Amino acid sequence: MTFTSKSAVTQVQYLDDEGNVVQPLPAWADDLDLLINFYKNMVLVRTYDKKAIALQRTGQMGTYPSHLGAEAVGIGVGSAMAVDDVYVPYYRDMPTMMMRGASMAHNLLYWGGSERGSYFNRPDGALSEDFPICVPIATQCTHAAGIAAAFKLRGERRVAVTSIGDGGTSKGDFLEAINCAGAWQLPCVFVINNNQWAISVPRAIQCGAPTLAQKAVGAGIPGVQVDGNDIIAVFDVMKKALERARSGKGATLIEAVSYRLSDHTTADDATRYRPAEEVNDAWKREPVKRLRQYLHHQGVWNEDKELAWQSECNQQVQAAVEQYLATAKEPPEAMFDYHFESLSEPLASQREQLIEKAMRMAGGEHG
Amino acid sequence: MAKVTLLEAVNMALHHEMAADENVVCLGEDIGTNGGVFRATVGLKDKFGFRRVMDTPLAEGLIGGLTIGMASQGLRPVAEFQFQGFIFPAMEQIICQAARMRSRTRGRITLPLVYRAPFGGFIHAPEHHSESVEALFAHIPGLRVVIPSSPARAYGLLLAAIRSNDPVMFFEPKRIYRTNRHEVADDGQALPLDVAFILREGSDITLVSWGASVNETLLAADRLADEGINAEVIDLATIKPLDIDTIVNSVRKTGRLCIVHEAAKSFGVGAEIATQVQEQCFYELKAPIGRVAGYDVTMPYYQNEQYYQIHTDDVVLEVKKIMERSA
Repeated sequence: MTFTSKSAVTQVQYLDDEGNVVQPLPAWADDLDLLINFYKNMVLVRTYDKKAIALQRTGQMGTYPSHLGAEAVGIGVGSAMAVDDVYVPYYRDMPTMMMRGASMAHNLLYWGGSERGSYFNRPDGALSEDFPICVPIATQCTHAAGIAAAFKLRGERRVAVTSIGDGGTSKGDFLEAINCAGAWQLPCVFVINNNQWAISVPRAIQCGAPTLAQKAVGAGIPGVQVDGNDIIAVFDVMKKALERARSGKGATLIEAVSYRLSDHTTADDATRYRPAEEVNDAWKREPVKRLRQYLHHQGVWNEDKELAWQSECNQQVQAAVEQYLATAKEPPEAMFDYHFESLSEPLASQREQLIEKAMRMAGGEHG
Repeated sequence: MAKVTLLEAVNMALHHEMAADENVVCLGEDIGTNGGVFRATVGLKDKFGFRRVMDTPLAEGLIGGLTIGMASQGLRPVAEFQFQGFIFPAMEQIICQAARMRSRTRGRITLPLVYRAPFGGFIHAPEHHSESVEALFAHIPGLRVVIPSSPARAYGLLLAAIRSNDPVMFFEPKRIYRTNRHEVADDGQALPLDVAFILREGSDITLVSWGASVNETLLAADRLADEGINAEVIDLATIKPLDIDTIVNSVRKTGRLCIVHEAAKSFGVGAEIATQVQEQCFYELKAPIGRVAGYDVTMPYYQNEQYYQIHTDDVVLEVKKIMERSA
C-alpha cells in the first residue's frame, strides 16, 4: 500500500507593499469602518511601543520586547477572536492582548515588574480566561491544546488561540501541541509570528523547510502562510481558521510572515548581527503604512485624520503611563498571598518573617 | 469492606472521583484501553468513555502542558506519567508553568491538577524506571508533593489531591503497589494533605519515613521493640508542605530522630527535616540525627539493586548507633 501526501504552501496576500489590491478582497473588507478601526489600533500600539521603549531607556520600566512590525498580526488575530475564546500569548503579543482586554497599563505593569499586569478582564468586563504572557519558549502551545480539549469535552463552541515566534517552532512543545491538536481534532489555532529573527538567529538557520506553515502537514492539520504585514489577509485567514475550529473541523496552523523591525528586546542590539540594508528593505513592507495607503486610496483617511488620531494615541498612551506610574506597589507579602489557595503553616511563618524584614528595611514602617 | 492493594486503591479513588465529579478527567500514555502500564487506570475508559479518559500521544511535555490548559478551564485533570523517570521532559511545564500560574496571575487562573507517577526502585525494572527524586519537586515553590505508603492512604490522599485547587505531584511507591492488601472503604473520605501520620507511638526514638520504606521502618520498629527500644514511627505522606510540627513534637518526646528514605542521601528531604528539627529543638536532642538513605550514586541495574535498597537491618543498625551515641 502506498500513501501519498501532496501539499503546497502559497502565501495569502490582498494588499501589496504600497497598499494596492492584488486580488479581490473578501466581502467583509467592504466594511471600511472596520478597516479604519484596525488602522487606529495599529497606530495606537505602535505609539505605545515607542513609549514603552523610552520608559525602559529612562529607567522607568524593565526589559521590554518591542512588537514593532508585528502590528498587523496582533491586531488582526485579536480582532478576529470571539470574546469568550481563550488566547494564550507569548511575550511579543501586546497588540493581541490589548484587543482581548489587557490594557496598555497592564502591559506596562507586567514589564514594570508587577504580577498585577497579568490580572485583567475581558472587554465585556468578565474576568479574563486568557493566559498571561509566556516567557519560556513554546510551552504555551500545549496549554492552548489543553484548553481546546476542555472546550471539546464540554461541547463548547469556543476556540483556543496561541501564538509563537519563528524560533519557537523548533521546540518540542510546539510540535507536540500541533501533533496532538491534529490527532484529537482540537478547536485550536496556532499563529506563528515569523518575524525572521529569533534573537540573532535568522529564520534560515532555524529550520530547513522552505515554510514554517508546512510543519502542519506532519500534524495532519491545515497549514496556511499569510503576509503578516497585510492585516486584511491576516484577519481573513484567522477568521476562516476560527470558523473551522468552531464548527468542529479542528485546528489550523497559520504562519504570518512579518519582520521584527526593532531589537529582540531592549536588552538586545540587533545591529550586531543584522545588516542595515535588510532592515531598510523591511520598512518598505511594514503593515501600518500599507493599510494607511489603502485607506487613502479609498478616500476614508487623510492627513488631518492622521494627525488627529496620532494626537489621540499620544494622549491615550500618556494616560496609560500615568496610570502605571501612579500604581502603588503591592505589599511585599503579596508574594505569599497568591501562592496556594490557602496558606500553609510554614508559609504563614515565612510571611510573618518577610513582613518583619520589610518593616526593618523601611525603618519600622509598613503600609 | 474490600481488601485492596495500593494499586487497586489508586484505581478505586480514580473511579470514585470521576463518578462524583464530571470535571475529573484522566490523561496519559496507555491509560485508556490498556489501563496504564501498571493498570492503575483499568476500567476507567469503559466506565467514563474516551472523552474523559484520554490516551495522549507519546510526549511527556505535552502531557504536562495539556493538563495545565485543561485545569485552567475548571477541569480537574489527573495526568499519569508512566514512571517518575520519564517525567523530566515535562519539568519545564511543571516548574515554569504549573507551579507558578496562580501566583503570576494573582489568583486569576488556578490549576486544580494532579500529576501521578509511579516511583522508586527494586522491581527489577530497566534503567530510568527506578527514580526517587521527590526532593526535586519538593524544592519547587507552588507544588504539593504527596506520597502514600499504604492502600488506605493512597485512596484518601489521592482523593484529597484531586480535590485540591493547587497542583499536586502524587508519587506512588511501585515496589509496594501489589505487596500488601488492606481493608479500604470506598466511601469518598479524603485524608488531609499537609499532615504526617503517626503510625506507631514510641518514647525512645522517632523514625520518619515515606513511601515504600515505611514498611521496612515499621518492621525495624518491631525488631527494636524486641530489644527494648521503643520507636515512634511517622509516615510523612505529604512531603511538601512539610508537617514539621508533628515531627518536632515527636522528637521533643523521644529526644532522638532517624530519617529513612530511599532517595539519594545528599540534598534530599531528609536533610531538610534534620535541619528544621535542629532549628526547633536542638537542645532537646539526646543524640545526633541519623539518616538511612540511598547512596549518592546512579541506581544500579537490578543485579545489584538489593545492595542499594534499604533493608530493615539497615534501619535497626542505624537506630542502635544513635542510641549508643546518646548523651
